[in-house]
Amino acid sequence: MTVAEFCLMLKRYGFNFSTGVPCSILKDIILYLSSHSDIPYIPATREDEALGIATGAYLAGRKPIVLMQNSGLGSAINPLTSLDMLYKIPMLLLISWRGYQGKDAPEHLIMGEVTIKLLEDISIPVQVISKDDPEEAILASIKSMEEKQIPAAAILRRGIIE
Amino acid sequence: MKRYEAIEMISQSLNGNELVISSTGMISRELFTIRDAPQNFYMIGSMGLASSIGLGLALSLPEKQIIAIEGDGSILMNMGSIATIGHFAPKNLIHIVLDNGTHDSTGGQATVSDTVKLEGVAHAAGYRLTQTAASKEELRKAITRLSQQGPAFFLVKVEEGGLEGMGRVLHSPEEIKNRFQKRAIGI
Ligand SMILES: Cc1ncc(C[n+]2csc(CCOP(=O)(O)OP(=O)(O)O)c2C)c(N)n1
Repeated sequence: MTVAEFCLMLKRYGFNFSTGVPCSILKDIILYLSSHSDIPYIPATREDEALGIATGAYLAGRKPIVLMQNSGLGSAINPLTSLDMLYKIPMLLLISWRGYQGKDAPEHLIMGEVTIKLLEDISIPVQVISKDDPEEAILASIKSMEEKQIPAAAILRRGIIE
Repeated sequence: MKRYEAIEMISQSLNGNELVISSTGMISRELFTIRDAPQNFYMIGSMGLASSIGLGLALSLPEKQIIAIEGDGSILMNMGSIATIGHFAPKNLIHIVLDNGTHDSTGGQATVSDTVKLEGVAHAAGYRLTQTAASKEELRKAITRLSQQGPAFFLVKVEEGGLEGMGRVLHSPEEIKNRFQKRAIGI
């Protein structure tokens, strides 16, 4: 799936606000969002700030996406647990997976190994986006958001959306 | 001026159509005790994020006035928010910092706010209106400027300590969200 197709799919499912902190895996998606007005992208300074901004947007009736690298999960856990899960604020977390299968720069290896487990430990629904059918993971995330009214994570590895 | 006196003066000056985000700890508990209202979002966790939630609201609801109230400990935890707010500069966002120089809610441990010119930081980041109020008289004057074009940053110097025997916010987080959202967008 191309970046444009992926972003248009997100738009089709009603997402209309985005914020986050970049990752090279998310580069082209952020570029697309930033240059199209359908899903405005607000660059945040940190992942926790991004969750705060997305929470405000949700309270204002938007359907937000937060984009982040998995290294940003550390900054995101407190707002996820003490704000968005607590107040029942659903949003799509599009999280890149650095350190996947232990093949990456050293700073990504430990987090890369525990990313899925960490999200599962705090009870955030997790889907890994597949190359064959990226829509499947997004649909499953939306289903979890609607059922549980909490954020759901869709995990993006390198080379899946091009 | 005590923190709760500042909260009292600020909330009395509001017309009820604003949306208020109050930050973690005693600020939310005092606001709840002084003037509970559905348009108050008592942010009981996620310390530091009150102004970020305010920004998300302000960008999405340009016709609504958004007021974020937090402490010095809280803003020092998320200084990046000042940069992002200054950059996007929503006219309808008012950012109030109640500066008592401490983390009062956890026992009064000192913050470093005495050496940080927070008003200057907000000004440098691009807030259109910044002001410090160190007395009730100055706060009264500052409040008359609340309707001016924002983003506005009000640094209110308050004494340490709060209301005696403060209860906790009695509404559940989900209730807080539901009634707030109803005020924000009518659903
Ligand atoms: C991430 C996080 N760290 C620490 C705390 C504990 N805590 C709760 S309120 C508070 C102090 C808040 O200080 P400030 O914002 O200056 O407000 P004040 O209590 O002085 O009115 C702290 C440290 C917390 N709730 N969350």
